[in-house]
Amino acid sequence: MRVPLSWLREYVDLPAGESGRDVADKLVALGLEVETVEQLGADLKGPLVVGQVLEIEELEGFKKPIRFCKVDVGDANGTGEPQEIVCGARNFEVDDKVVVILPGGVLPGPFEIAERKTYGRVSRGMICSARELGMGDDHDGIIVLPIEAQIGADAIELLGLVDEVLDIAVTPDRGYCLSMRGVAREAAIAYGQPLRDPALLDVPDANGYGYPVRVEDPAGCDRFVARTVVGVDPDAPSPLWVQRRVQMSGMRPISLVVDVTNYVMLELGQPLHAYDRARLQGPIVVRRAQAGEKLTTLDDAERTLDPEDLLICDNRGPIGLAGVMGGESTEIGDDTSDIVIEAAHFDPVAIARTARRHRLSSEASRRFERGVDPEAARAAAQRAVDLLAALGGERAQAEAGVTEVDAPREPVRITLAADHAAKVAGVPYTRETVAQRLQEVGCSVEGIDTLTVGPPTWRPDLTDPNDLAEEVIRLEGYDRVPATLPQVPAGRGLTADQRRRRRLGRALAGAGYTEVLNYPFLGQSAFDDLGLAEDDARRRTVVLVNPISEEEPALRTTLLPGLLDTLRRNLGRGNADLALFESGVVFRPNAATPPAPVLAVDRRPSEEELAALAAALPHQPQRIAVVLSGERERSGWWGKGRPQNWADAIEAARVVADAVGVELTVRADRHEPWHPGRCAALVATAPDGSERVVGHAGELHPRVLKTLHLPERVGAMELDLDLLTADLDGEHAVQAGHVSSYPVATQDVALVVPDSVPAAAVQAALVEGAGALLESVRLFDVYTGSQVGEGSKSLAYALRFRAQDRTLTVEEATAARDAAVALAAERTGAVLRGA
Amino acid sequence: MSAPNKSYDPVEVEALKPEEVERARDAALAAVAAADDLAALQEAKVAHTGDRSPLALANREIGALPPQAKAEAGKRVGQARGAVKQALERRLVELEAERDARVLVEEAVDVTLPWDRAPRGARHPLTTLSERIEDLFVAMGYEVAEGPQVEAEWYNFDALNILPDHPARTMQDTFFVRAEDGSADSGVVLRTHTSPVQIRTMLTRTPPIYVICPGRVYRTDELDATHTPVFGQIEGLAVDKGLTMGDLKGTLDHFVQAMFGEGIVTRLRPSYFPFTEPSAELDLKCFVCRGASVGDPEHPCRTCRSEGWIEWGGCGMVNPRVLIACGIDPEVYSGFAFGVGLERALMFRHNVEDMRDMVEGDVRFTLPFGMEI
Repeated sequence: MRVPLSWLREYVDLPAGESGRDVADKLVALGLEVETVEQLGADLKGPLVVGQVLEIEELEGFKKPIRFCKVDVGDANGTGEPQEIVCGARNFEVDDKVVVILPGGVLPGPFEIAERKTYGRVSRGMICSARELGMGDDHDGIIVLPIEAQIGADAIELLGLVDEVLDIAVTPDRGYCLSMRGVAREAAIAYGQPLRDPALLDVPDANGYGYPVRVEDPAGCDRFVARTVVGVDPDAPSPLWVQRRVQMSGMRPISLVVDVTNYVMLELGQPLHAYDRARLQGPIVVRRAQAGEKLTTLDDAERTLDPEDLLICDNRGPIGLAGVMGGESTEIGDDTSDIVIEAAHFDPVAIARTARRHRLSSEASRRFERGVDPEAARAAAQRAVDLLAALGGERAQAEAGVTEVDAPREPVRITLAADHAAKVAGVPYTRETVAQRLQEVGCSVEGIDTLTVGPPTWRPDLTDPNDLAEEVIRLEGYDRVPATLPQVPAGRGLTADQRRRRRLGRALAGAGYTEVLNYPFLGQSAFDDLGLAEDDARRRTVVLVNPISEEEPALRTTLLPGLLDTLRRNLGRGNADLALFESGVVFRPNAATPPAPVLAVDRRPSEEELAALAAALPHQPQRIAVVLSGERERSGWWGKGRPQNWADAIEAARVVADAVGVELTVRADRHEPWHPGRCAALVATAPDGSERVVGHAGELHPRVLKTLHLPERVGAMELDLDLLTADLDGEHAVQAGHVSSYPVATQDVALVVPDSVPAAAVQAALVEGAGALLESVRLFDVYTGSQVGEGSKSLAYALRFRAQDRTLTVEEATAARDAAVALAAERTGAVLRGA
Repeated sequence: MSAPNKSYDPVEVEALKPEEVERARDAALAAVAAADDLAALQEAKVAHTGDRSPLALANREIGALPPQAKAEAGKRVGQARGAVKQALERRLVELEAERDARVLVEEAVDVTLPWDRAPRGARHPLTTLSERIEDLFVAMGYEVAEGPQVEAEWYNFDALNILPDHPARTMQDTFFVRAEDGSADSGVVLRTHTSPVQIRTMLTRTPPIYVICPGRVYRTDELDATHTPVFGQIEGLAVDKGLTMGDLKGTLDHFVQAMFGEGIVTRLRPSYFPFTEPSAELDLKCFVCRGASVGDPEHPCRTCRSEGWIEWGGCGMVNPRVLIACGIDPEVYSGFAFGVGLERALMFRHNVEDMRDMVEGDVRFTLPFGMEI
């Protein structure tokens, strides 16, 4: 809502020197969001005066026709002599009153006006167009003023060129502030001044000879006022002040009738509609649409109507979408002289639905959705009738018929404990304060300890005791609410799961990974790029109805596409040697997902109802993933670095598993998008010995990397954190072991096994075979080559033995080693190298 | 070694003559003094204290002396050997120190050589900022509550008093999830705020409830310098007996002071949210200019655009209708709630000019933030 300060002053006596900024601050404190205060005409400087054209001389021989005019500006030029002005516009005649800026004046731009020679004449000033004065975009010609304008009068004041406009973003609960009347009411409270309510008009009582109206749906339309003005001169222009106010309020002046209906809407908040009576056939009828009905609205769009749409009809059918937009067939035309004014009150929900259904938000629908004062309809109709009769030419007059269709309304009454606002705010407001503040916003208040409050008709948002509490608290000032601290009971801190997620983030960052937070949006092409099979479960996605991009309508089922995109973006920007990680949820649809029911809100839903909601949601597990490219240890003056490889990706899984305290085992697997020979399944083992794959790691498939325009050998890991930690019971207390102080006995063994034997299997056999004396085992070398022969590899392990209670003898350590080797030989065919 | 000889006269034994012992001692001391490195000292040591050295040979002769002569000769030789031993030890210390000094000089390196062998990592500043806020409230006794990002409309709207035809429902630019039949009637959306977590919390816990709800939320904005369709929010909820707006204000004051410094206060401006009543916009005093830039065009403030206040979020007293939908009796309990945007906080707290930097994952943006914020 744009509020010109000069207009506001008509209803409230603001202090004389009060600036727009000052008023804005006051209104902000009351809860109106003033977004900007626009200074109109700030750089405009006179003399800008009314002149009358005395002579026009057409100058020939130029590219366009030019006029040399003599204009009477009275004494404004100091001499009383006619002012000689060159002008390019042609929309005026001798005797017309025009707006003249004299040398020394400044137009918005700023554009200084000086005497100057042009088209062979000396031009002493300029005749102004609306655009040149900052009054909008109209540049069709210069402004021709009404003939009553006084020669030599100050045009800045006449046209209201210097003003301030407050632009207010009105929240949905304050529909009444979509009007000057509503904003003035707030300003009056802010300044402690009385409001001159523009809706307090004398309105004749309804009678039986107004334009006939039949409301068939009183629930959708509980009030319909119709008034008629006849004899309006179709050529009568809107007066400048109406045009100026409509224009400052952000609307375009169009014609007298349209401008007056808009003006009254801006003033009183009541949307009006004007019908050409000559084009109406039979009574006006308000009803719901029938299936298949059509209507061409004022914006030239033919709309197929929904049976829920509330319509205005005449004998021929629909002539308007009630409260949203009128129809073409009864539009005010160039020849309209008899006008029926509609001032109605419609159901906010019906209007909201229709506006949304037809994607048609209008000034009227915006107001009806937020609630219009039903009691303003009569006054608004009267105001429009008065203005049209006064401005519509000599023959214009209101007809005596007054139509009012009115459905009974139950007055709203709210019971409120007198100390309720005090309890909500924590401020001891007295009963008197509460009653006074509520009366200021227009409520009736009765009672002593328990108040019965009747909200005013323009405040449909006031329904609950807390709504009234807010009125009291905001008018008393939110800034007067003291700062206190509640007594918060002792909490339990973060959950084990929350601590784990933090830990693994820190662990990965400590290991050199940089966290990224990618959008979860993707399309099926992302899965094609990863080479996923047609029936891969990851292709089943949650899909959005209205995605940001039609190419990416789905939600991710894996973190890899986002990470690989980010990797490529970094590489493209010249960032090399990258290790990225992301921790976030993926979205996996359940097999069958029924729609989520809409539950009641007047009570707690039952457990069954909540279960139905849960069943409608996809599975949303927490995942963690990394991608790597370039050097893992950098080259430098110390020598060559080490490029990252598949093992770093597996190591990342171990970092994650360590951080959450889970032991992972690794086995070879084939899983897109990994390299089939360099892909590890990450396996967690439950206490009952059952195993589950929690993720994969290794090097990505070369074809995938090529498709994604990524460098060779990019490594990646992704695991499901929920699966990884499924066996942790929250508070997992580590039991301390005994640290033996007896010396360690070290034995190294090199075992030759076929290439196909996984190192993990050999190590597992060694551990089992070595028995309790084994403290640790570590693979320190892998050798392939001529010394072990084709198809074999040599694995060198360092075994460390130690006893809890004695120094081991060489014989004991050797026996344990031999047992380890023997089991490895039995299980994996390992042969002791050199044996 | 010779056998004891009672008639033996020590002065007759050449090697034990005082002048001989003195000479051998002096020769040894001279050799020690002359040794200018550890090898030379070792040579002198062997020559003058070894088995074949004059003093060792002299010492060996003592045993052959008659008892009455042994004491004196022993004393003489012993003193000489002691003097040599001392000299040797002293010289050894000196020469070792010299050698150490020389070696350490030789081993000196250029410690300014760059060490960037191990890669550096970092956590995303939005993650660490969220954790910092969580920690602040955990320290006050709050607990951290979380919920799903794909959420039922009932949790995201209805239970929060955003009813189907309420204009507020269109205020939120919501991503709707497609139903199995292809329609938009799945009743499921990408949550537009973390408030559904508040509903879930109130449904599963009994008051007193004090929780902080961080998480990702979604609105259908295009990505630009100040908007992103996916962003982080953190909301607080308190439900207890007798909570007031004063408690809300005190909590927020504590919050912003912990985040932005002592003396930074909040301002509540009346506003409208369906789930709170009364509702307020939450502004905080500009922590850069502290309001000094207002009306001072000579010293504009970039952080608050010379407004003196920074808009950060919304708050209010939990609407009793919301409590009712969660089965909490509003006659007994009241509550307050607040919510702030993480991206915005990161922007003004850390001078991030473009929100896209938080989205694109360029490591040059993230690395300087390190592990904590």
